[in-house]
Amino acid sequence: MKRARVAYGGAIHEAYPHADGVCLADGRVVSEEAVVWLAPFEVGTIIALGLNYADHVKELSKELTVTAQDEPLAFLKAPSSVIGHRAQTRRPDGVGFMHYECELAVVIGRTAKQVKRKDAMAYVAGYTVANDYAIRDYLENYYRPNLRVKNRDGGTVLGPWLVDAADVPNPHDLNLRTYVNGVVTQQGSTQDLISDIPALIEYLSGFMTLQAGDVILTGTPDGVVNVNVGDEVVTEIDGIGRLVNTLVSDAAFGR
Amino acid sequence: MLNQTHPVVRGTVYGTLLNEKKALAALGEQVHVAPYKAPPQAPVLYIKPRNTWVSEGANVTVPLDASALEIGATLGVVIGRTASHVSVADALSHVAGYLVVNDISVPHASYYRPSMRFKCRDGFCPIGSVVVPREAIANPDDLKVSVAIDGVLVHTASTSGRVRSVAQLLADVTEFMTLHPGDVISIGVAAGAPLAKAGQRVTVAIEGVGTLENTLVAEDLV
Repeated sequence: MKRARVAYGGAIHEAYPHADGVCLADGRVVSEEAVVWLAPFEVGTIIALGLNYADHVKELSKELTVTAQDEPLAFLKAPSSVIGHRAQTRRPDGVGFMHYECELAVVIGRTAKQVKRKDAMAYVAGYTVANDYAIRDYLENYYRPNLRVKNRDGGTVLGPWLVDAADVPNPHDLNLRTYVNGVVTQQGSTQDLISDIPALIEYLSGFMTLQAGDVILTGTPDGVVNVNVGDEVVTEIDGIGRLVNTLVSDAAFGR
Repeated sequence: MLNQTHPVVRGTVYGTLLNEKKALAALGEQVHVAPYKAPPQAPVLYIKPRNTWVSEGANVTVPLDASALEIGATLGVVIGRTASHVSVADALSHVAGYLVVNDISVPHASYYRPSMRFKCRDGFCPIGSVVVPREAIANPDDLKVSVAIDGVLVHTASTSGRVRSVAQLLADVTEFMTLHPGDVISIGVAAGAPLAKAGQRVTVAIEGVGTLENTLVAEDLV
């Protein structure tokens, strides 16, 4: 099953795919443009992975101070950075390198503490698509990637659908890609995750209790390029969803 | 059962790294060489996720792989109204009040990577339940901060001597992210944060704001 959360007619609704747009839980069918798309679940703790595809590590290796790592590079983002499908993200004037990151987002379904790898997939509620924006101009080497790079308003795009785990027989064999203005700029497969989903759940739940609504953004493959004001960025994962975002300028935010 | 909520926190709890001049100075010339290469420019923030939040009196588990924990006494600033692009002059009007935060870490030498394994363990962020209203604190940038272990004073510091004052921190942070009512942002831990071991009672006190007491317990006793 695929579920979205949308705002329509003055309330928030659960919604489902429909040939003519989306079908609200109350039966109304409305167009995709008529609703405001929210993140498809109530977002708890957001854990993001860096450097979790070997090709992306190679892509970044020239600017990394330290490349070898003995554990996953995990960092946190706040729910206040989250926006949904078909929303806008601000690109500040004067920055040189802002890029998208297409990522498989793994949504936790129940409390997970010190879970072993073999049991880990039972704790997954479902999946959605994430676009985990970064502005490299703001990178500093303290708790890198620092929040000014990663935790900006509108910097975490999630949606459109939460797809039940039962409907994704192999989350480690999904093709993902990004289009900028209709042109493919990034391609990869979740086959190439360095730490796969059970490894991440085992690692994280080994030191922190994960709860329903927590989400793991599993990292991005190579092919990140600069995007500009006015660009339409579509991050897509086969079987999971096609997530649309548009970049806007400071002027749109009255700056 | 994990404490998923806190009586005061309604949003996100942020910490600020190296926001005390003495704490930054303690890194010395290291800030100019790899991996840091340069002193921090913008505020360096981190998030204490909801699994870390506990209240007054809760036990905090010392993980098996840590011999002692760093006690990070710090002032928590509770946001009262939505703060986006606030000026220094107007910043404090967005503050509901202040509370005591104990930002606990497994001691770690490197600040290069975000260090979730050291800062995000369950129970690693005791937060006081009492918010002292902003109006009751004449100057949040000049409050005594102390840590006692088993009733013995082991560390004293102040909210003064910061790289960024409370108002400056709010101004610089809200330039790139909005702070919402119920969010808490702490001003950071002072140099020389003391260590405590399982079995010890830790009391953090901030002048005019209150005290926060928690006991560390060994992992295998939980």
